[in-house]
Amino acid sequence: MSRTLRGRVAVAGIGETAYYKHGQSPDAEFTLALKAILRACEDAGIPPREVDGFASYSNDRSDPSRLAAALGIRELRFANMQWGGGGGGGAAAVGNAAAAVATGLADCVVVFRALAQGQFARFGLGGQVPAVSGEQAFTFPYGMISPGQRYAMRAMRFLHDHEIGREPLRAIALASYRHAQSNPRAVMHGRPLTPEMYDASRWIVEPFRLYDCCLENDGAAALVLVPAERARDLRQPRVYLLGVAQGSEHRNAAPVHNAPLYATSSFTTVAPHLYEMAGVTPGDVDVVQSYENFTGGVLMSLVEHGLFRADEAVEVCTLENLLAPKGRLPLNTSGGNLAECYMHGLELQLEAVRQLRGASPNQVPDAEVSMVCAGPMVTPVSSLIFGTEATL
Amino acid sequence: MKTYLPSGLPKPVPQPDGLDAPYWEGTRRGELRVQRCRACRAWQWGPEWICHACLSFDLAWEAIDGRGTIYSWERVWHPVHPALEDAGPYLVVLVELPHAGGIRMIGNLLGDPHQTVTIGAPVDAVFESHEDHALVQWRLT
Repeated sequence: MSRTLRGRVAVAGIGETAYYKHGQSPDAEFTLALKAILRACEDAGIPPREVDGFASYSNDRSDPSRLAAALGIRELRFANMQWGGGGGGGAAAVGNAAAAVATGLADCVVVFRALAQGQFARFGLGGQVPAVSGEQAFTFPYGMISPGQRYAMRAMRFLHDHEIGREPLRAIALASYRHAQSNPRAVMHGRPLTPEMYDASRWIVEPFRLYDCCLENDGAAALVLVPAERARDLRQPRVYLLGVAQGSEHRNAAPVHNAPLYATSSFTTVAPHLYEMAGVTPGDVDVVQSYENFTGGVLMSLVEHGLFRADEAVEVCTLENLLAPKGRLPLNTSGGNLAECYMHGLELQLEAVRQLRGASPNQVPDAEVSMVCAGPMVTPVSSLIFGTEATL
Repeated sequence: MKTYLPSGLPKPVPQPDGLDAPYWEGTRRGELRVQRCRACRAWQWGPEWICHACLSFDLAWEAIDGRGTIYSWERVWHPVHPALEDAGPYLVVLVELPHAGGIRMIGNLLGDPHQTVTIGAPVDAVFESHEDHALVQWRLT
């Protein structure tokens, strides 16, 4: 058998909690994780006790053994944490879980992420310590502390290299907010963003304005993965993993911004592996969810996944093209990290599945191939492609 | 002493394992030192215990001229730390040092924070003294 995950694992169920503004969850973070997992099991029609593995990323605090004990899981067979990369681990966590399912390490693995930033610290504030050493000692004293400040530097160089203005970033932000208006789950549902509001919004760190930056939220989300053979017994329309890849380029993490290829979202080596496993080309992709920490990184991700060339960005990456159902490249159709919920990107995976079930709030007609790019500009990043039965 | 950013930001201290101590000792004396491999002569920044080019552990700390060009930049408006509440906007630059293998360093660009910043513009290092350390800043040549 060739070394691939293509078509060997199915998404049996998806689930999420209500999404809250950061610090406003009435539930503890662990409770959020439990609720999302139970909802995903219910969606799948699988008794929670049949789950035998957990996978997550970005040092999620809900420990798999505690989850297994709390949920009365019969037997724990797989407990996996994707190292580093923050939200860049989202697709990788699904890939790790799928690898376990495909190779018989486990039979029913939950991928989850839970955040309660009232209970714990926010990402967007930083440096509240008297002293720093290592990499931070070379950036924090210069006021380069937060993720936005770290990644604006990469995005600025990308825009410079390709002579791209800020129009594509604006289109990406507007598309997410537009999609969120038809998604009742979205934190920004009922709070539309106009081009005028975007243009008048304050700078956070150039080239990013306020609406170029992700939200920070409380909530949890989960997916249940099972072997493809089991998919025929599932209650939900069949959704298969076609391909997944993780990593980053040669010395991407060279300290203090010394990556040889600097102006990258870190996908230039990952995306070719993804397409090779999935057996599809960029032109086959019907709908894309691309992790927005900052809009600049989304633009770079789309380019590095071959969806358009950098010199086509201004022409192709327009609001009209990014909107479902009719756009050429429907993007972040639930509202994503900018406007649905910053569920650290796992909400993007759920939305990618919904598109193949025909259940998105912004459904792309006849979507068969659904892609997720997780993490831009961090390392490792990851991306995956889901497909319907017809794509196998 | 006058500094580009207000006091109160986290203070840089050498790594407990000693990896970058020569850099911090150098800057206090107004000397910019970076790693260079004794075996293959490759430049390396930030510091690491091994040469990424030839995998030798025999790394020297070489003093270099503090001159470079702006590789990228950002203007920061939103304060993410209490010490920066009234500091914005301020400029952070990524400076490339072509005469030292093209290594890059982060610093502030001194002068008017509203100035137009040009990628490729030449800059010189300026040592900014703090109580018990020095920061390397940059000004247009």
